[in-house]
Amino acid sequence: MGRLGREIAIVGVGMTPFGRSKKDQLEMFGEAAMDAINGSGLKPKDIEALFLGNAVGDLSEGQTVIASHAIAEIGLLGKAATRVEGACAAGTMAIIMGVMAIASGRYDIVLAAGTERQTVSGTAFATRIMNTGPHHFYEEPTGLTFPGIFAMMAHYYAKKYDVPLGELKDAMAKVAIKNHKNGAKNPKCQFPSITDLMEKRKAKAKQEGKPVPTWADEMDFLHDSKVNMMIAQPLQLFDCCPISDGAAAVVLAPVDIARKLTDKPVIIAGFGQGAAGGIITQRDFTRLIARESSAKQAYDMAGLTPKDIDVCELHDCFTIAEIVATEGLGFFDFGEGYKAVERGDTVMGGKIPINPSGGLKAKGHPVGATGVAQAYEITNQLRGNCGERQVEGAKVGMTDTMGGPFASVANIIFKRGW
Amino acid sequence: MEYKLIYTAYRDGLKEGKLLGLKCNQCGTYICPPRKVCPECQSEDLDIVELSGKGEILTFTVVQVPPEGFESPIAIATAKLDEGPWVVGNVEGVDPNSLTMDIIGKRFTVGYKEIPADYISGGDRMALTFKL
Repeated sequence: MGRLGREIAIVGVGMTPFGRSKKDQLEMFGEAAMDAINGSGLKPKDIEALFLGNAVGDLSEGQTVIASHAIAEIGLLGKAATRVEGACAAGTMAIIMGVMAIASGRYDIVLAAGTERQTVSGTAFATRIMNTGPHHFYEEPTGLTFPGIFAMMAHYYAKKYDVPLGELKDAMAKVAIKNHKNGAKNPKCQFPSITDLMEKRKAKAKQEGKPVPTWADEMDFLHDSKVNMMIAQPLQLFDCCPISDGAAAVVLAPVDIARKLTDKPVIIAGFGQGAAGGIITQRDFTRLIARESSAKQAYDMAGLTPKDIDVCELHDCFTIAEIVATEGLGFFDFGEGYKAVERGDTVMGGKIPINPSGGLKAKGHPVGATGVAQAYEITNQLRGNCGERQVEGAKVGMTDTMGGPFASVANIIFKRGW
Repeated sequence: MEYKLIYTAYRDGLKEGKLLGLKCNQCGTYICPPRKVCPECQSEDLDIVELSGKGEILTFTVVQVPPEGFESPIAIATAKLDEGPWVVGNVEGVDPNSLTMDIIGKRFTVGYKEIPADYISGGDRMALTFKL
């Protein structure tokens, strides 16, 4: 693979709150896009092209040609606008497309964004929409859901590494506790901490005159199958990310221009992207072909190794997915990721803080926006803007985004440009 | 070169009780369900073959929150056919909620079931079944 013609940086970022929104995907895009453009000290007219991550907007809101409608939201009639679709990886892929478009020399200033509104579909139809990710002839007609796909990953992991399922599930529960705890310090996060959720449920029971639950701690709460119901064995509700709405955007520019616009340009040091079909084309549920290819491309391009990464936002669509991703990105040996969770290596202040934003698990997962929201978090982490959830002194950060049934993975490594 | 074994021919094979696949004449790899080229050596030099229809369960789940058009619980497994390929199907003949990790490694025989079309399926569907 060749090198880029120019070095590219993020100059500004924007993001809506994640959760349930009254706004449609174009309105949310408009907010995030203008926050990113205004934060870059630019006007919409300075943007030369848009790459928009959007996975299922045609099915959820009946909107195709969404990139064109999006660019009209910000008044750029006549400019190039391209939808990038890669299921949950679409946002990161949109940033990569934007970076390469600038590196080609064709454009200087590009907006990369992602938007998605999924709560409007309801659980049953949203689940049907998502199961368009598996192969439509050979996987989808089994009734396979995304929790089901990652449930099979969890069983495979337990069998392969000979871990008692209960021990693995407790490590998975600790991923959920950690990400909710991190997310509670993120004002754009969909969910509060699990402790807060427990207290709310207790208060509600008391108010309604019902018996008040007596959970000893968060783990006790997660062991209660009445509140943490089974979704797809062995995954329970709190192993799963929510259905969400949201949008995020970043403005990209070559480093020489970026330095004139901001004191803190965040440089795209490396990126990678890989695809590998669906489940039936994998060879091991714990060694994902797309991720291992993509991560190697990103590390090679950046000239960095996993030890150089100070903070990582990775694809924790399900708790087991976070454990497997920490191994695939090289932070821990294969089969050791669940032990790292037990040791606390991935908490704030640990060896490698994972998902300080709350991750997909707690922050929410409007799928086409997720990768851009990860870049939003890493940009703010490197700039020191994250307040209570700041990873102190973070200089190099990484994002990891997976789309479909292990189908597409895209990674970006970011470093301070000052 | 024309696609060797398209979905409708593969489906018709199942209806006749045959699990059809492809064998690569260059490296000997078996391919099922069908694809355009051999996943190992990318050769298009493939022959249609009838597979044994037997294999073993690699992993499984039981879906409790189904997509629209399906009823839970749904027992789903990923399995390895004796000839090597991975396939996804529904585990049949057992109470889904009784399944445990003991199912991993169990032998099965392949069958199929028809699944009705919906607005976005592009026609009728079918799923493989695994009878333990």
